[in-house]
Amino acid sequence: MKKLLKNDAFQTLIASLACIIVGLFLGFIVLLFINPSGAASSIVEVIKNFMHFSSGKLRLKNLGNTLVKTAPLLMCSLSVLFAYKVGLFNIGAAGQYVVGSAVSLYCALALHLNWVLCILLAMLAGAVYAAIVGVLKALCNVNEVISGIMLNWIALYGANTILSNVKEPTSPYTLHITGESPSSLIPSLGLNKLFNNNNYVTIAIPLAVIIAIVILVLLNKTKLGYELKATGNNKNAAKYAGMAEKRNIILTLMISGALAALGGAFLYLSDYEQWSCSQSSVPGMGFNGIAAAFLGGLNPVGSILSSYFIQHITNGGAYVDLTKYSSQISDLISSIIIYLCGFVFFLKYAISSRLAKSEEKQARKVIAEHEKGGEE
Amino acid sequence: MLLLLQYTLIFASVLLLVALGGCFSEHSGVINLGLEGIMVIGSLGGALVMRFFPGLPPFVMVIAVILGAIVFGVAYSCLLGVAAINFKADQTIVGTAMNMLATAAATVFVKAMNTAANPNDVSASIQYIEPKKSFLIKIGNFEFNWFMLVAIVGLVVAYILLYKTRFGLRLMACGEHPQAADSVGINVYKMRWAGVLISGVYGGLGGICYIMVSASEWKFDAGVYGFGFLALAVMIFGQWKPTRIALTALLFGLFRALASVYSGIGFLARLNIPSTVYNMLPYIISLVVLALTSKSSRAPKAEGIPYDKGQR
Repeated sequence: MKKLLKNDAFQTLIASLACIIVGLFLGFIVLLFINPSGAASSIVEVIKNFMHFSSGKLRLKNLGNTLVKTAPLLMCSLSVLFAYKVGLFNIGAAGQYVVGSAVSLYCALALHLNWVLCILLAMLAGAVYAAIVGVLKALCNVNEVISGIMLNWIALYGANTILSNVKEPTSPYTLHITGESPSSLIPSLGLNKLFNNNNYVTIAIPLAVIIAIVILVLLNKTKLGYELKATGNNKNAAKYAGMAEKRNIILTLMISGALAALGGAFLYLSDYEQWSCSQSSVPGMGFNGIAAAFLGGLNPVGSILSSYFIQHITNGGAYVDLTKYSSQISDLISSIIIYLCGFVFFLKYAISSRLAKSEEKQARKVIAEHEKGGEE
Repeated sequence: MLLLLQYTLIFASVLLLVALGGCFSEHSGVINLGLEGIMVIGSLGGALVMRFFPGLPPFVMVIAVILGAIVFGVAYSCLLGVAAINFKADQTIVGTAMNMLATAAATVFVKAMNTAANPNDVSASIQYIEPKKSFLIKIGNFEFNWFMLVAIVGLVVAYILLYKTRFGLRLMACGEHPQAADSVGINVYKMRWAGVLISGVYGGLGGICYIMVSASEWKFDAGVYGFGFLALAVMIFGQWKPTRIALTALLFGLFRALASVYSGIGFLARLNIPSTVYNMLPYIISLVVLALTSKSSRAPKAEGIPYDKGQR
């Protein structure tokens, strides 16, 4: 048991589960506070999500919908995670996601490009956009959180302007890709059949999982990953060891930006949602990515699970009793979870130091017994 | 032109108040990225006062709304204090979480309140057309807003508090070298708590000021449009000094005001620049300004590092 507790991965798991349980519990308290009569059933609906439906077919279809949105969320969380491993807090992932969405939609709807090209151009745009943050950080010492937020808003206004060229004439929403340019849709390759003909289920979902594993390998098994992490741990030490620390910062943000932008492309090139050109706030996907990254213990595999969980409760929010509560209760729960994630390091530290103390005690006991033995 | 001046002053007041909040927190050694969230909750506090006591006489109304915003702002800033000071949590994560939490909590709360009052009302907005009038005084064509005075008072108080009192100098010591401060008997934890709570006061005030000058009805699911972060940019450009912050706030206020009134100014309207450009302008300017000034930053040295008594 003690050995298990000492294991870092196990500690992370415990800490994340604790965050989830406390987060859900606090969400429940909020519901109780608003209206005690339906709180219990509503929080159960949030947890149940697609299990809300009684027919197996509808369940499958809605599980598919959750997965469709899990893929972009996973990309955003990988984006945040990758930058964080290099000591950068990429809150600009939200803006890079917007850039990816806008570029992929524009390439599809205005230029009618093939889906592969749409994705590649979106990633390129996201990388270039994130490079602004990187250059400002590396060369001008600008705090990446503040520049990231500024760029989020610039991206939002830019995307609304560009995409209003390809919107429906009578509504603020962009055209449907299915009608305009079917070759720009990410192919499904039969995956839709698995989810009761849910045509939004595409190869984006398995691709996202594969990319998570690629990131895991890149960070832990390659020279580049090692250099980037070293830069994150101590910029000056990395520089002294002959690493190009400025280049590494910019490169990290470019990869991070490409990942977030890919998330945008994954969602919008499945035609699951239309972009609203009149939206006045930055989409929450990038911010939820932060939640997923930290909840997943800053590990790509953990991210897969935590992204699914965050998306699961976000979709589940739609099934609360809307006459009493609002679906934003899931946003509330996920933001409580991120807040709690701030305490994770403290919790892990507490577990470790407690273990160390009890070991010390035992060691002292052993020594004391030895000494006794010697006297006799 | 008078309109531009009026808008510039009022947006500058918002930025000044919030930036001063950030200034107090950072001088004590805690990075406050949650200012945006504190603004949202502070504005909610003020808006609730206006929602539930619409009939107050003008002067009482002004005081009550300000107090409401301060109480909510301070209460919310405790989330940062507990996490960053007592539990030594990562201040960036906590600040970000606070921003998200504020918008989500305000939305859930206001929606629940509206739906309880009227089952068909599922909006997340509070309307305050009438109470808003208590804050305005017409001087010719110029509309004076009480918040302009609040901002000036806030500036004077901040200046005196930081530079002319024992408390302020001690506070700043905790942000520069907490170990040294501790060695001469200053309680670093208490000082940092004070910094965070004062930033709650200023952030809450800035929040209510912002929503009242922007509209007569606020949708709480929209947050405050990155104003908390613009204020942080103002603070950095102001080099953490209240007077420089005030000047920077005026500059940023001007650019923000342009977005609101450009169509009413002859030569700007004739230029035919799309409104998006004006909307982006404050953010672009702040990026440029940050790029130019961050290199020679005079940030408090120990900001962002949790203080640990046992550490050397």
